[in-house]
Amino acid sequence: MTSGTDRDFASSGKSLDIYKRASTARILDLGFWGLTLSLALGGGAVLIWIIFQTAIAGWPAMQLFGLGFLFTSSWDPVNNIYGVLPQIYGTLVTTAIALIVAIPVGIGTAVFLTEDFAPKFIRTPIAFAIELIVAIPSVVLGIWGIFVLIPTLRPFFRFLNSSLGWLPFFGGGAPRGNNLFLVGLVLALMITPVIASLTRSTFEVLPSELRQGSLALGATRWETIVRVMIPAGLSGIISSIMLAMGRAMGETMVAAMLVGNANRINASILQPGSTITGLIASQFGEAGRTQVAALMYAGVVLMILSLLVNIFAELIIRRYQNIER
Amino acid sequence: MGSIPDTTNDPSFEVPDLTSKAISGNRAIFGKVLTVISGICVALLIVPLLLLLINIFDKGLSRMTPELFTELPPPPGLTEGGIGHAIIGSIMTLAIGAAVSFPFGVLAAIYLAEFGRGTRIAYLVKFSANVLTGVPAILCGLFAYSVVVIPLGYFSAFSGGIALGVLMLPIVIRSTEESLLLVPLEMRQAAIGIGATRFQTIMKITLPAALPAIVTGLVLALARAAGEAAPLLFTAFNNSFWSTDPRGPIATLPVLIYFFSIIPYKAQQELAWAAALVLIVIVLISSLLGRMFIRSKRI
Repeated sequence: MTSGTDRDFASSGKSLDIYKRASTARILDLGFWGLTLSLALGGGAVLIWIIFQTAIAGWPAMQLFGLGFLFTSSWDPVNNIYGVLPQIYGTLVTTAIALIVAIPVGIGTAVFLTEDFAPKFIRTPIAFAIELIVAIPSVVLGIWGIFVLIPTLRPFFRFLNSSLGWLPFFGGGAPRGNNLFLVGLVLALMITPVIASLTRSTFEVLPSELRQGSLALGATRWETIVRVMIPAGLSGIISSIMLAMGRAMGETMVAAMLVGNANRINASILQPGSTITGLIASQFGEAGRTQVAALMYAGVVLMILSLLVNIFAELIIRRYQNIER
Repeated sequence: MGSIPDTTNDPSFEVPDLTSKAISGNRAIFGKVLTVISGICVALLIVPLLLLLINIFDKGLSRMTPELFTELPPPPGLTEGGIGHAIIGSIMTLAIGAAVSFPFGVLAAIYLAEFGRGTRIAYLVKFSANVLTGVPAILCGLFAYSVVVIPLGYFSAFSGGIALGVLMLPIVIRSTEESLLLVPLEMRQAAIGIGATRFQTIMKITLPAALPAIVTGLVLALARAAGEAAPLLFTAFNNSFWSTDPRGPIATLPVLIYFFSIIPYKAQQELAWAAALVLIVIVLISSLLGRMFIRSKRI
């Protein structure tokens, strides 16, 4: 941009017109500053725009159904009566199953990767493999679930049903291949790496004096981990769990392909169910006007749930980082 | 070192046993059990991943022929065919998404890293970008549906690109900002010191220095968006035929996997596995590249 100015100066042989150059440079600087500032503000505003647009598109349904939408369990396009109670239930149950599996496994993996239980040439590929799981497209996990996991796990589901069927959440009729438990397990596979890698980085930024002090006092390595490292890193671990929870609630393709999309509330997790994301994905294609508004309303519900979780996680991270410094 | 008293011949001094045998039985067992448990945790994560990769290569490799990339899927009941139209569709939607999010995100990140460091605006933008990363991908689709599809009145590759662009934007902003922050402050000071303006400093010094890292971030953002089906279901929708029209519905790889895996035709299911293999290979290569880059930067 400025080479032109330089060439003018060289060829014209006039004295260095520093004021002229300074003023164009200043305009360029100011313009560039203004451009980047406005785009930064725009980037920040996208979140608000998304919330706003979804809310507007769902507004007719909000007026029509009100808060009763959250407590109605029918999805009836013929009579235009909609409610998402089974979907909220399914979202919460699958997320809970995923977290119950993912939290211990994720923390265990993080500990394994931080402490030197294994030589580095074993830990490095494991760390890479964990990053790989995060990157796998969820639709690939979905097709794997349909054609490999369901046939593989069917005997396990039958066994649970026959031996522990007296428990309400394993009971019900013969277990189905598509069920809430299956979705929870696949979601767990997706979110465990999130918990593992964030917990690991939490452990790595903890001051090394903590560990040294504990070891010096005679604690074993595991006593140090359980009594010092995990309590000290708790806020980091909690925020990683919150982020993982947000992922599990918002994951669409796994739910749409594996949950069975049954619009009812089953006490048994071995029966098909439905999630908010699965409902939106499976119904949108053939939805009429009111139904689209109802699906947008469901999107708003999902948005509020995931925003609460994400903002909470973000605030914990910020607070935690401030303490660290 | 002579200040340490010689205790070897002093009977009143007992050398404490600091070997691991000194740790009482219960504590040692506790440690061993937990070590085994953490090893099992790793196995619980790695074994399914290995199985998944084996299954996908096993089921997808048989269809890895040139026809896979050049032909349309066969009508129901027939075999042969390919997924060429979905590959073109994926490239188109990704290109539109990149055209929207790359300049936008990189310029916004320049503000965050170069002008607005430590300001309240930068904090709010970063906060919003972080929260946006956690917003479910399907909501980016609902957004693009209500902003583009409803006003225009039809599903289109363009609206799919917008949905993917919204998805990529926070990743682009964050990775670019981090790349710029890696450039040492001294380089900027040196440029300013020899009379460069802020604009010159950024364009000729900071951006070129951070460029490899920025490009890595952009590639990872593209790889992430390439696998997303949810935002495309009701924006790009689907198409069974060749199309390069950005104003019409278009097939994409993830959406094709979704639709072909839930219909009971063998050829279509095989094509879905082949498409899954293509996606996995893209993801593998891009994360390998990203990782190699990060490692070379550390040295």
